Amino acid sequence: MTTPLFTEPEWNFQSLDRVLKAVEEVAIGDLKLDPYPNQIEIISTEQMLDAYSSMGMPLMYNHWSFGKLFAREEGLYRAGQIGLAYEMVINSNPCISYLLEENSMTMQTIVIAHAAFGHNHFFKNNYLFQQWTKADSILEYLAFAKKYIAACDERYGHAEVEAVLDSSHALMEQGVFRYRRPPRPSRAKLIEKQRRREEHAEEDYNELWRTLPQTQEPPPPGPDLSDEDGELFSGGPKLPEENLLYFLEKYSPSLKSWQREILRIVRHLAQYFYPQRQTKVMNEGCATFVHHTILNKMYDKGLLTEGSMLEFMASHTAVVFQPEFDDPRYSGINPYALGYGMMADIKRISEEATEEDQLWFPEFAGKGDWRRVLKDAWANYRDESFIEQFLSPKLMRDLRLFVLADSADAPALTVSAIHDELGYRKVRSTLARQYDIGVSDPNIQVTGANLKGNRKLFLEHRMHRGVPLHTSLKAQVLPHIERLWGHEVSLEEVPAE
Amino acid sequence: MSAFFIDRRLNPKGKSLANRQRFLRRARAQIREAVQKSLKDSDVADAAKDRKVRISNQGTKEPRFRLDPSKGGKRDFVLPGNKHFVSGDQIKKPQPGQGGGAGKDAATSGDIEDDFEFTMREDEILDIFFEDLELPNLVRTALSDVQMSNWKRSGITTVGAPTQINLLRTMRNSFGRRLALRRPSLAELKALEEEIALLEAQDPHSRNEAQLASLKTELERVNHRRKWVAYIDPVDVRFNAFTEQPTPSSRAVMFCLMDVSGSMGEREKDLAKRFFVLLHLFLRRRYEKVDIVFIRHTHDAQEVDEQTFFYSRQSGGTIVSTALEKMLDIQRQRYTTADWNIYAAQASDGYTQSGDAKRCVELLENELMPICQYYAYIEILDEREMEVFSSEEAGAELWRAYRTVAEHWKNFATKRIAKPSDIFPVFHELFKKREAA
Repeated sequence: MTTPLFTEPEWNFQSLDRVLKAVEEVAIGDLKLDPYPNQIEIISTEQMLDAYSSMGMPLMYNHWSFGKLFAREEGLYRAGQIGLAYEMVINSNPCISYLLEENSMTMQTIVIAHAAFGHNHFFKNNYLFQQWTKADSILEYLAFAKKYIAACDERYGHAEVEAVLDSSHALMEQGVFRYRRPPRPSRAKLIEKQRRREEHAEEDYNELWRTLPQTQEPPPPGPDLSDEDGELFSGGPKLPEENLLYFLEKYSPSLKSWQREILRIVRHLAQYFYPQRQTKVMNEGCATFVHHTILNKMYDKGLLTEGSMLEFMASHTAVVFQPEFDDPRYSGINPYALGYGMMADIKRISEEATEEDQLWFPEFAGKGDWRRVLKDAWANYRDESFIEQFLSPKLMRDLRLFVLADSADAPALTVSAIHDELGYRKVRSTLARQYDIGVSDPNIQVTGANLKGNRKLFLEHRMHRGVPLHTSLKAQVLPHIERLWGHEVSLEEVPAE
Repeated sequence: MSAFFIDRRLNPKGKSLANRQRFLRRARAQIREAVQKSLKDSDVADAAKDRKVRISNQGTKEPRFRLDPSKGGKRDFVLPGNKHFVSGDQIKKPQPGQGGGAGKDAATSGDIEDDFEFTMREDEILDIFFEDLELPNLVRTALSDVQMSNWKRSGITTVGAPTQINLLRTMRNSFGRRLALRRPSLAELKALEEEIALLEAQDPHSRNEAQLASLKTELERVNHRRKWVAYIDPVDVRFNAFTEQPTPSSRAVMFCLMDVSGSMGEREKDLAKRFFVLLHLFLRRRYEKVDIVFIRHTHDAQEVDEQTFFYSRQSGGTIVSTALEKMLDIQRQRYTTADWNIYAAQASDGYTQSGDAKRCVELLENELMPICQYYAYIEILDEREMEVFSSEEAGAELWRAYRTVAEHWKNFATKRIAKPSDIFPVFHELFKKREAA
């Protein structure tokens, strides 16, 4: 019988190393995962709070909203109202995961399995991440962004830079390409463009001209506006445009070139995080399933003590707990619960399919190759399509899911499907739709810009099923768009269908 | 598969400090308001602690576009935990404000909240509170005061004390000199010696004697040159230079006069002490060099130290003028008006021996007010008296007497305190920043 890897609750670097090797053996040898190289960092609580407040990234530009977030999180943490995430991991190559120094050795084991192998594999292999993010260069890009914004701070003043950042943040969710693939310049090209911009700006600057009165002619928009894939904007903007920040960056008559660069930085960040919003359930489900499987295998091999396993079980149960809708603790569907539940069920169906499973999932029911099915799912689906394809009736029964139809002008909600024969399909497709961020995010597009006349910008919110924007928030965001555009902006809400 | 563990715990902390400061700066107006409000009801002793502050969202909002299904349209959503519903059941909608579950996906609570709560540290709070307060009429004196000068780094010199040697520069210079004078390096020497050793190890007949001889002369030359060109020469040495920078000092002294007579009950003494504690904190926080003189009096005045002033008990009759006389004494002995700005704060309950008030006024009008930059008098009453003496005119003997002084002297202020929550606002009023005259 092999000896356990550790018996003490405190961790040390030797036991971490032993555990890492053991976890790796199961992850690569058994589950055949394919992760990036790992960089595992031990940090203190305060550093974890720091990380929280900078979108989880080890580098970030400075902004007061991060200070506000830090103050709030710190307050809540001190008051014991939130626990710190015991794990945080970054989509980068090498993949950086953080271990809190206060974790017990068992927790560190869980975190290593969960983050350094589960999340890591998902980041590397899921198609959305492959298509829309660049793990190899994100940290370098952030370093550039931080330096650039700090330089702008010095040169143009704190208040000005803050104003641009505030407005860009307000539009961050509308600063992504959803349907068309963003063009991807290489880093070398980026730096070259930046250098050219600066050069142009320097040349352009002339003491004498600066003091002359402004002419009536509109200033040309920015010195270098060639689109990343080379087309020039001589023909005018392509409309409608879904990426507001992109549009403002390229066409705003009033932004200076450094301001456009800031918009670009913010929208690149938004684009980087965009796949994470679309795969929350799958990503957490994958990592939880991976850590659950790996720890159990390690226990089977005698590498973990029973005390450890008990601690693990307690933590795992808490993480995948789903309060019911009328429970005061309810705050939505727990992605860990749903994700893990679905993946565990896929494994069950693979190994011991019932008749119902055979009916619903003929492709893999009873065939035993759950490793392949899961890896394929992790690579090729996102939350919406994953749920649509793989949510099983059994899980729907376990969670006792039901559908409510809500019409704004009706006084009551109607139950339109429950977890029975008649309702399964509807429950599944409704739940899938909830994770379609094309639907849950407002669909706002630029439909027109009167560039030659009064410079008014026309935006349209295409209401999905008639759901409008929140009025007071809309009223607060519009001034930000106007600030970036420099002229009047109108936002009309029209029915999409 | 490569994996690294990196221990970052010793990395510089407080990465968020810059962001926190930006946030505090941005929300300054709201924070100031909230701090004032929050301090009002609390103990002065607690002022020096971390506390939770709630500010309105004004100025620190982070709006985003969000959908609002309650305003229109249709949507379907899935919930877990069905107990007894079947298809077709109708459920009454939860009232707005109740039940977080169903509508949570629409608007995140953070955006539409009106208030934001967070914890401020003690020094931040004190800074905010004391930010717009100052000692009034502070005159800058004593530019000639030699004690108050700052030593600032001012480059490099060639002379100095050995402790101030700038190693980097010195070594740099020495390296340059050695290069220029072609001093052979240790590596070269070693290489040469090795070659010679190699040759010498060979058979004396077959080896190249001429080469050996030339190598040996070369070795001699190298050794000689290494001795001749020093590794470090006095001409290389550089020292860090410092210059004195006199800082103009504004010296101030604050006289704290406290009535600890019998007529001041425990409650009154407590209030007086709290006021002085706050004054003390203020002076320490805002001014580096303020002398504080503590005088307490009953029928007799003594100068005491801080500990005794705040902590010890005493009782007796009340003759206020003794305190003023004592103050005058000390001032004449130690704090000449040429060099010092003189301030005073007096706390009393207003009851003094009959006839004494007149003496006090005399002292103030003739001796003290002409030399004081500012004199603050705090009268401690109890709640009932506060109501009785609600107007500024009415009051006990001392109060009325002091009012006459106030009429003649602009830099004389009188205020009343009846309960702890009065202390902060009164303090604020007394020491509010004034526009330059």
